[in-house]
Amino acid sequence: MMRVESLFIRGARVVDPAHAHDGVADILIVDGVIREIGKLAAPADIPVIEADGLIAAPGLVDMHVHLREPGFEYKETIAGGTRAAAAGGVTSVAAMPNTKPVNDDPSVTGYMLDKARMAGFANLFPIGAISKGLQGKELTEIGLLKAAGCVAFSDDGLPLMNSGIMRRALDYSRAFGALIIQHAEDSGLVGCGCMNEGEVASRLGLPGIPNASEDILVERDIRLVELTGGRYHVAHISSGGAVASVAKAQEKGLKVTCEAAPHHLVLNDTDVGDYDTNAKMAPPLRNKRDVHALQEALARGTIGVIATDHAPHEEDSKRVPFCHAANGVVGLETLLPITLELVNQGVLPLSKALAAISCNPARLLGLDRGTLTPGCMGDVVLFDPQEQWTVTSQALHGSSKNTAFAERAVKGRVKYTVLAGRIVHQEG
Amino acid sequence: MDPEQNAWTRRHLLGMDGLARHEIGAILDSAQAFRDVNYREVKKVPTLRGKTVINLFYENSTRTRTSFELAGKRMSADVINISASSSSAAKGETLLDTMATLQAMRPDVVVLRHGDSGAPHFLTRHLDAGIVNAGDGQHEHPTQSLLDLLTIQDHLEEMGKTNFEGMNVAICGDVLHSRVARSNAFALRTLGANVRFVGPPTLMPSQAEKVFDIKVHHNMEEGLEEVDVIIMLRLQLERMTAAYLPSVREYFEYWGLTRERLELTQPHALVMHPGPINRGVEIASDVADNPNRSVILEQVANGLAVRMAVLYHLCTGAARNAAQLGESA
Repeated sequence: MMRVESLFIRGARVVDPAHAHDGVADILIVDGVIREIGKLAAPADIPVIEADGLIAAPGLVDMHVHLREPGFEYKETIAGGTRAAAAGGVTSVAAMPNTKPVNDDPSVTGYMLDKARMAGFANLFPIGAISKGLQGKELTEIGLLKAAGCVAFSDDGLPLMNSGIMRRALDYSRAFGALIIQHAEDSGLVGCGCMNEGEVASRLGLPGIPNASEDILVERDIRLVELTGGRYHVAHISSGGAVASVAKAQEKGLKVTCEAAPHHLVLNDTDVGDYDTNAKMAPPLRNKRDVHALQEALARGTIGVIATDHAPHEEDSKRVPFCHAANGVVGLETLLPITLELVNQGVLPLSKALAAISCNPARLLGLDRGTLTPGCMGDVVLFDPQEQWTVTSQALHGSSKNTAFAERAVKGRVKYTVLAGRIVHQEG
Repeated sequence: MDPEQNAWTRRHLLGMDGLARHEIGAILDSAQAFRDVNYREVKKVPTLRGKTVINLFYENSTRTRTSFELAGKRMSADVINISASSSSAAKGETLLDTMATLQAMRPDVVVLRHGDSGAPHFLTRHLDAGIVNAGDGQHEHPTQSLLDLLTIQDHLEEMGKTNFEGMNVAICGDVLHSRVARSNAFALRTLGANVRFVGPPTLMPSQAEKVFDIKVHHNMEEGLEEVDVIIMLRLQLERMTAAYLPSVREYFEYWGLTRERLELTQPHALVMHPGPINRGVEIASDVADNPNRSVILEQVANGLAVRMAVLYHLCTGAARNAAQLGESA
């Protein structure tokens, strides 16, 4: 059992987007639960955090994380991954099922939950596979997996290409109110592509992946949502066309949502630079127009969630020629500063930005997290919005250091991460 | 070689993209000088004595490898050839492991041919030696481009020109997968030539006009009008099975270089090909063998001189850089 604690946070600027609250207040956490927020007197015998100048927000919720355990512990473990989450102010992570064995069986779900509880750095919410073994052929036991603790379903890492299986998944999952998350890339159009198709790929002589690979699958899936009435979510959306399709579906009232990754929101294909394998990801970094479209969609609310697609890879997977490098980057520890970068650029206001990394993903996954409501778990992040720092691999806590933001000067530093009233990360 | 003539300050030759006119000029000028060496009775100079050149070839390429080998030997360098297909790479050794082994041999220059775009750039991050890109994936093949430029330069007079400015060059065929096309497009545009890509839409790079500052034609007849130089590209037959093209027969019908199509070009137009040629696929035999127009064999001869020049510039340039590093340390 996770040990519950009590804590008094004094004088923070409390920003809780779930209730549009923004003001200086104290937070009292007793036995792991938020008791009260307001102008309070500190009770005796309770540790106090002096939070003058800091922002207190709900512990961040990252709904797209790869923890690599079981099976790929040399890349990352559940303990290591959740340690990185704590360092990034993330108190709840939803872990993708592309482990070995795949999380397509309640026993794997239980194993992951146990590991996370023992580590004690963050809440783990496993995502079950849609298809057995991620093979795209047979549906998993969606009901039993949900009962075991899975909060959504995805074959992430691979697209669910078979339209018939996708139709059944969207249809069947309705019985459990389950969310289906798609890795939207048409594999026929991706082919041997390893970066965005466009000017940079042509110049570098790298096989490209066109936006159509994403647009087509999102369009197809939206037709299937119309057919079935399922709940559908596009993971790591990257193209302007796909975002436009999601906006149209939302206007029609369909249960279609999407998330964007921080790297897709601020980087573009020119960041591949001189074949930098830390800029290799699936879907690839798109062009500047797509980045702009994503930022606009985030401001409008079409994109409701920023999720990292945190994908740790050991150094050897990235120290190879570009086309052979593994896809993906770590993101948990840069989620907050990159989100704040969007605020500082005027893309969206602070409250809306914090909503995208707290209450919005929590609501989507049906979690009672991502808010500072009294009675809810005392998961809090305290950060200094003004502190500048430079992202380096040495600064990262996870086992793998494959960040796309190396040497980037960022603003906003997590000072404390509080999980159920217990400090799980303290800077310095 | 007069040291004053060495306008080359780069440590590596990774591509033609970004090279300045004077840098290209420096290599072509030296190549002309080195070409004379190959016509002497004793075809050897001591220029690179004591230097070590490693040819690391992950793809088979008899002519490029031999040309680099001979270039190094004619300048008295110690040349080692490593063919990855018969080495530890075939046993699963990574490029990075191979790098570590090579580093221990302290080479001055490593010449790399690799199937992955960017592989030589990867090398520059892990090796102290100067790196020559001898063809990487579908990215660049700078020495092939330089030998093409030298060959064209030799024929400027018969084109009534003194330099590349305003010259019309058609690069025809599978541009998408061609490192030769990329290198030549970059270099020829830098030198002021007008470049066109001619070929089927499935074999064109995305946004080629913008990236390479060239025109694209899908019709061979249109693409060959008024050109001074035709660079034909090799078509790899696996393109048929990968659905880029329906058949060799159709490809030759619409994009093959025939005598009739050659008539559409300038009367002095040169026919070039990086070799080895597929007769009857991208080029008709009588065109390939036409002594008045085809300069394919001259290209091969110029390859040696150009590679001597490149090795010279890299070895002396690298030595100079190392000396400067030593001074500042």
